[in-house]
Amino acid sequence: MIYLPGLILALAAFWFALSGETAPLFLMLGALSVLLTLWLVARLKIVDRDASPYHRAPQMVIYGVWLIGEIVKANVAVVRRILGPTHAIDPVMVNVTSSARTSLGRAIFANSITLTPGTVTVDVDGDKLKVHALVRETSSAASFAPMDRKVAATADGGKS
Amino acid sequence: MLLVAGAAGLLIAMAMMIARAIMGPSHYDRILAVNSFGTKTVLLLAVVGFVFGRPAFLDIAIVYALINFVTTIALMKFFRYRSLAQPLCNPVAEEARDG
Amino acid sequence: MGDVLSWAGGGLVIVGVALSVLGAVGVLRFPDFYTRIHAASITDTGGASLVLLGLCLIAGLSLVTLKLVFVWVFVMLTTPVAANALANAAFSSGHKPRIGAFQIVRTDERRKTPRGTDQP
Repeated sequence: MIYLPGLILALAAFWFALSGETAPLFLMLGALSVLLTLWLVARLKIVDRDASPYHRAPQMVIYGVWLIGEIVKANVAVVRRILGPTHAIDPVMVNVTSSARTSLGRAIFANSITLTPGTVTVDVDGDKLKVHALVRETSSAASFAPMDRKVAATADGGKS
Repeated sequence: MLLVAGAAGLLIAMAMMIARAIMGPSHYDRILAVNSFGTKTVLLLAVVGFVFGRPAFLDIAIVYALINFVTTIALMKFFRYRSLAQPLCNPVAEEARDG
Repeated sequence: MGDVLSWAGGGLVIVGVALSVLGAVGVLRFPDFYTRIHAASITDTGGASLVLLGLCLIAGLSLVTLKLVFVWVFVMLTTPVAANALANAAFSSGHKPRIGAFQIVRTDERRKTPRGTDQP
């Protein structure tokens, strides 16, 4: 329940950003839609510490910027494979272990791997991830270590 | 002018996606093509909104992005379980593991 | 100044669209389902980001820019989940990836598996 005010504030701000209306009727409809969303969220029982990581927001922004840099590099690499000859691609399945303790950290790690072109998380079982990678030589299990360290530091607050 | 060219390029990419959706060969290739087609549709809606000077198209783009996501998840769930009534995760097992 | 920004925005849109087309080329060219996911994610990340960033430059600072940012956040949050759901459903239903050495394996496998038999 401690995370409810933050959620209400975020929903209200989101509604206002999408509509931009200030007439009383629209404000009332907006309040109604916020209430409806709150009811749905309460039914789902997902308002907890993992779903409201405000205490980690600055670290998440820093991690997001770093991830965008990685995505740019990976984009260039995959575009070169697309334009190159077919036999230049050399896919491989890699087993990666996540050192993040919380499910939030594991979710961020798996989604970061999928978001980076050239690597897709195929299966998650506890802290074991199965990753399909497009390029064998740049995708050893050790090449995921920097991202893993940063995710663990971002989500769980360890040292980076 | 640049935006019109961009919209035309997106239409070409969408046509290629339809080609992959028709060729298959597996269901997963087809759904991947449809999902990628949806992402390009979102971009096309945004670009076309700017071409016609009606940024209200962006609201439609947001809704389309969400529908595209739900469609893919629902299709994948259906192919995996052959039913949409199946719970995606078992709440009892989740609580036993986390708690 | 505004003119320069809108030209730069148009250029970014064109680059993003070019990336989308390249991703589509990859989806058509790559040999199996798992490699095609990688090509599709080019469109979802690079293409979408550049197109939306270009439109942001054209729009300037307004609610429209905020909406573009929302579209970007939605795309960035939903596409990895969708790609993961696809890959996981394919993998757990026994859709085997063709690892490595495609050129040789590919032709025999095409003959062995008739069209559409690799459904779960």
